[in-house]
Amino acid sequence: MLDRKSETLNTASNHSAQPLVSVENLRVEFDTDDGIVVGVENVSFSIMPGETVCVVGESGSGKSVTSLSLMRLVEFGGGRITKGSLRFNRASGEMMDVVHADTALMQEIRGNEIGMIFQEPMTSLNPVFTIERQLTDGLRIHKGLSQEAARAMALELLKSVRIPEPERRLKQYPHELSGGMRQRVVIAMAMACEPRLLIADEPTTALDVTIQAEILALIDRLKRENGMAVLFITHDMAVVAQMADRVVVMYRGNVVEQGTVDQIFETPREEYTRALLAAVPKLGEMRGKAAPEPMRILGAEPTPPIQPSVAQDLDREVLLNVKNLTTRFPVKGGVLRRTVANVHAVEDVSFSLKVGETLSLVGETGCGKSSCGRSILRLIEAYTGEIWLDGQDIRKLGATELRQARRNMQMIFQDPFASLNPFRRLQDQVAEPLLNFHLTSGRELEDRVAHLFDRVELPRSFLRRYPHELSGGQRQRVAIARAIATNPKLIVADEAVSALDVSVQAQVLNLLMELQADLGLSFLFISHDMAVVERVSHSVGVMYLGRIVELGPRQAVFEDPRHPYTKSLMLAVPIADPRQRRMHENLKFKPVPSPIFPLGHEPERSAYDEVAPGHYVLRPS
Amino acid sequence: MKRFLTPKGLIGLSLVLAILLIAILAPLLIPADLATRMTMTARLRPPSADYLLGTDQLGRSLFYRVMLGANTSLMIAGAAVAMSVLLGLPLGIISGYYRGHVDNVLMRLVDTLLSFPALLLALTISAMLGPNLPNTIIAIGIAFTPFLARIIRGEALRVAQMPYVEAARAAGTNDLQMILRHILPNIMPPIIVQATISLAFAILAEAGLSFLGLGTQPPQSSWGLMIQASRDYLDIAPWTALVPGAAVALTVLGLNMFGDTLRDVLDPRTK
Repeated sequence: MLDRKSETLNTASNHSAQPLVSVENLRVEFDTDDGIVVGVENVSFSIMPGETVCVVGESGSGKSVTSLSLMRLVEFGGGRITKGSLRFNRASGEMMDVVHADTALMQEIRGNEIGMIFQEPMTSLNPVFTIERQLTDGLRIHKGLSQEAARAMALELLKSVRIPEPERRLKQYPHELSGGMRQRVVIAMAMACEPRLLIADEPTTALDVTIQAEILALIDRLKRENGMAVLFITHDMAVVAQMADRVVVMYRGNVVEQGTVDQIFETPREEYTRALLAAVPKLGEMRGKAAPEPMRILGAEPTPPIQPSVAQDLDREVLLNVKNLTTRFPVKGGVLRRTVANVHAVEDVSFSLKVGETLSLVGETGCGKSSCGRSILRLIEAYTGEIWLDGQDIRKLGATELRQARRNMQMIFQDPFASLNPFRRLQDQVAEPLLNFHLTSGRELEDRVAHLFDRVELPRSFLRRYPHELSGGQRQRVAIARAIATNPKLIVADEAVSALDVSVQAQVLNLLMELQADLGLSFLFISHDMAVVERVSHSVGVMYLGRIVELGPRQAVFEDPRHPYTKSLMLAVPIADPRQRRMHENLKFKPVPSPIFPLGHEPERSAYDEVAPGHYVLRPS
Repeated sequence: MKRFLTPKGLIGLSLVLAILLIAILAPLLIPADLATRMTMTARLRPPSADYLLGTDQLGRSLFYRVMLGANTSLMIAGAAVAMSVLLGLPLGIISGYYRGHVDNVLMRLVDTLLSFPALLLALTISAMLGPNLPNTIIAIGIAFTPFLARIIRGEALRVAQMPYVEAARAAGTNDLQMILRHILPNIMPPIIVQATISLAFAILAEAGLSFLGLGTQPPQSSWGLMIQASRDYLDIAPWTALVPGAAVALTVLGLNMFGDTLRDVLDPRTK
């Protein structure tokens, strides 16, 4: 930490305090069908050589527009820079005017002096070219290298971003690499011409937390080794705390506040910054507390007391009991499209959930947590196992009985934009489950739907609106209203807050916890976000490769993780506190092996050791 | 209906209304013999004061023929496309929604039909049923069904995988309600566009059938028949092709603009 600071000071003084980039009063407008929309206005900040500046903000804050303007790429999205200046200090020492530069000059700068990496590593690589071709193209254009020299350099670059087996990767196509490796290739491409500035636009948002940790460490290392400046765009305060030297906070197209990372996190001056920081759950802040706690929301009335968040109540009845659940998906292949292998999505999973409690399944992409939730609701069919909900084995129900049983189990989905039908009024969508079960009709139905809107704190004027008229958070409230319409006992919340901005996420999480207290709901909370899980759960199951590797009371699992995977997961989570930096030089997590097994493969059963009362750890096989 | 008040919407709506009015009113207002009367001394005349749009190879007034032809052409095209949509909807939705074996069987059937050129298919059907107006409609309708079924299936497949369909299933919605409430409204936009394009092709398909003696029977007039008849005189009397051609083009233009606007009007997202 100290080390890093002195280094920043060093690089800054070396370059006689001439900023690498200076943005002044930037204003970008977009022409739309409804007239001119201002993307950003009055944005000013500068980046010193060798410095990491994080631009942080929620969706619509203008952070991406700002970074795209710097490359003049904003024009390709229909934007226009109408005011202000953007200056970039070129390698030659000359200060250039980015706003008025011609196309030829911009092409020379892009990818050469300013490198850029994007959020989605799959779409920023061309799927029909090999990695070698993609890497060497830029080198040959910008550096005039021969094919041989470019190939040698590409190999060097892959080594510098620490891709395993770099020689083999050169001959591969993007789809053959994992998400983390693809992002490394993208970074290697951006680094190819040794840019003086690297713009990283949400480079880790689409990645799992362990891969995110590796990529962040990599960017940090490259920055230090090459003296490169980094403009890092993110929505994630925890990532900011880990990466930034200085922070620019944006809100609705304006800069709200800027300062050093310590200043922003320790003594934020603006109300908005404080609210943003308050809404971020920090991993570890629930230490010593047994029960879930609502999120802090600044500006709202003091945290509403949520009553029955009592510690683990051992006397409570068990609502859901899952026994040896296994779900497999066939992999089809060959001319006849026969099943040639199986994806073992869920492998011998057992747990129980008590009335009025929240059990979280946490894990990375492909660990089977979503498949597990869907199998329980029978949105997909499990292969074997028992699912006891309220004395009924859900897996044994026929089609009609299953439909009836769905009254008691509902689901909230991740994407509030996709989980509502764009062609139906909100009231009809919330009324749908009530109509399906003939619970009420006519006037009474209207009243019930209106009350549900009240319950999730949506104005009744929204009743007759369509989904597209609402923000993400509001839509998720509609989805919640629909889920609680039939007074279900169990709600499966599959990444229900992952797509939301952090302040909205806090509100929606509090709403869920309130509903649980009022209605005695049980939640199966599926999430990849350790900090959120720590906040809301009574119990936690950590999933890895289809199995629960560790299961127990939340406090036990978070404060005394026993399984190596749980430990590495905890280590990888970035913490929203610049004093707790974890940018380990050689962060290296074991890649997750493939869950695809040949037909007839029968993996051994899950066996657990009880390390503490109710705290189980998968026995290593 | 406010959404129709865009330039595109207004032009489309007026064109479609005008053509519909002509198609309906022309047979009532124009004595049939005006369009069938042959004047051997005035063959292949260019447009003039006497003959507003010129005359054809038999000296018949193109103006009256194109007016009267609207009725036949539009009725055949409209009915045929309506029929192919009505056949294609259940085929496509069942395939896309249920998938699996049902989909395989239905789509192989559709592929088989697709492997014949649409006109050849229509020709075969028309030849089997015999040349008259209803049979022409049936022939074109069946020939166009595979195209629509394919598009509808693709859309239904896409929509059936949307999270809101899964959400509705989790909320206890049964298959019929699912299709009516969730699938159908969401696949309408591309169907509307495809249907308006199909109308243009149906007008031309009718022309093809007429040319081969299986569609509209002379002396009745249709745009397709007129275009086919003009074929031999293109170099000396191009207006004989241009007049019915322009009628088809205007209709298609109007329908496209109308269809586009209709799609926007039906989509709550563009309000």
